[in-house]
Amino acid sequence: MKPTKRIIPILFIMPSVIAVGVFVYGFISWTGFISFTKWDDVLPNYTLVGFENYRELFANMRFQIDLRNTLIFTVIFIISCLAIGLLLAIFLDQNIKGKGIFQNLFLLPMAISFVVSGVVWHWLFNPGSIQLGNIGINQLLEKLGLNFLTCGWYTDPKIGIIAVAIAAIWQFSGYTMALYLAGIRGVPVELQEASAIDGANKWQTFRYIIFPFLRPVTFGAIILLGHISLKIFDLVMAMTGTGPAFSSDVPALFMYDTTFRGNHFAQGASIAIILLLLVSLLIIPYLISTFRKEAWR
Amino acid sequence: MKISITRILIYLILVLFAIFYIIPVYIMVVTGMKSFSEVGLSTMWNLPRSLNFESFRLAWLGSAKEGFRGLSGSFLNSLQIVIPATIISAILGSLNGYVLSKWRFYGSNLIFTIILFGMFIPYQSILVPLVLTLEKLHAYGTIPGLILVHVIYGIPISTLIFRNYYLTVPIEMVQASEVDGANFLGIYRWIIFPLSTPGFAVAMIWQFTSIWNDFLFGLIVTPNPASQPITVALNNLAGSYIVQWNVQIAGALLTALPPILVYIFLGKFFLGGLMQGSLKG
Repeated sequence: MKPTKRIIPILFIMPSVIAVGVFVYGFISWTGFISFTKWDDVLPNYTLVGFENYRELFANMRFQIDLRNTLIFTVIFIISCLAIGLLLAIFLDQNIKGKGIFQNLFLLPMAISFVVSGVVWHWLFNPGSIQLGNIGINQLLEKLGLNFLTCGWYTDPKIGIIAVAIAAIWQFSGYTMALYLAGIRGVPVELQEASAIDGANKWQTFRYIIFPFLRPVTFGAIILLGHISLKIFDLVMAMTGTGPAFSSDVPALFMYDTTFRGNHFAQGASIAIILLLLVSLLIIPYLISTFRKEAWR
Repeated sequence: MKISITRILIYLILVLFAIFYIIPVYIMVVTGMKSFSEVGLSTMWNLPRSLNFESFRLAWLGSAKEGFRGLSGSFLNSLQIVIPATIISAILGSLNGYVLSKWRFYGSNLIFTIILFGMFIPYQSILVPLVLTLEKLHAYGTIPGLILVHVIYGIPISTLIFRNYYLTVPIEMVQASEVDGANFLGIYRWIIFPLSTPGFAVAMIWQFTSIWNDFLFGLIVTPNPASQPITVALNNLAGSYIVQWNVQIAGALLTALPPILVYIFLGKFFLGGLMQGSLKG
């Protein structure tokens, strides 16, 4: 190829590369720099203080609660989405009548904004009051004779974060199902037929043929769901806020409060950088493994 | 006989989950349609006795008497943000995807990976520099500023969608027209672009939905009610103690409606975007 021919495509992609370079990598470095300064008021103060903000952050009780909440949320959210997603995908794969309708219903929440679902789940999980009696989900449970399951939901500091997790599971389990369905479709039909000829029953076919094929799907889903749960913000903001005693608080909400409501810019930047590090721990290995595979294409 | 019991069980579980997924939508629809005299927290599961759109009217127009803003203005803001941002984003993605799939150069895969990382970052890690930069550009608090933000942070996903789509176009078509003397732009114009409709459908529907549903950028970049998108306005409406819950719920349905309509009518392309988002080609 002539040199000019090589340069033109590069020229066309340059604006995007520069934009991402500045707005993603440049801004991340900038935030990283702020996290090492004393900037604690409306006006910037770029006096360097080393890791002081990080030290303060990890000593902060609210941040400790947030990390614990994130852990609980992430575990419940990922395990439930994987279990529900896999179950629904396997069921829908059994020549179900109305498969398309079920599938569309299960995926519908993915099209809905977190703010919308936060507002609606806020009222659904409203525990009611003595005057009103049970309302929302509690009322539904009562009518189904499941009284023992009624509780204060996000008004109860012990389980506040679980109520948020249920709303998030509502939103993302259909997505997990779609990932698994695509995975099941990728299992060669001949393999399934061969195992049937060899006398394997349905369960054995799943156990020894389909599940091994779904391992990469599960791996990818864990990473995607994990990074969503680390970043969760909109849903908490609209549904519960910080909750009593920060029981449904998360790092992203803490960062927002600290930075944009409290003007503690350096402290806020340190929360943001910790969040970024956590997400990077998940995403970078995933990107590298995808990139390595790409090199063979 | 045994098999049919299993099948009944499967259908039963599927129906139970269908109910779980439909509950919030059911509540939005029935609550929005009840009259103020009929609406009540303890009767929220009941169907409306007659149709009444008063909740929607209040959520849309607001109430000067009670002192809250409706969502109509921010609905229009969201449209003004989402339409240009979606179109620009798709065009950029298409060009980037074309280069990264058909005009690979040394390091192009690395550049692609570096761009991709941008779609996973927690945006908290860029918000303060973003605000400072937009202030410098006199774009802070404005709709064009928010469009710029969505276009830039939409580059990774739109590039990914088009690159993966163009990988399915045989490279021989490009090479053949190169032999015929077509250049970079000529090949794009005459070969690639005419084949791009499915790519544009997936990228635009994905961007439309995610920009419409965005909350964080709207909250930070456009704090003023005159230019804020509908998700931020809905959050304010729902956070206000003077707004009745049925008006909040009606507002939620109004906010959810455009993406739901897109999903109902163009769901196939929406699913395409979802799958791309998981990096599967």
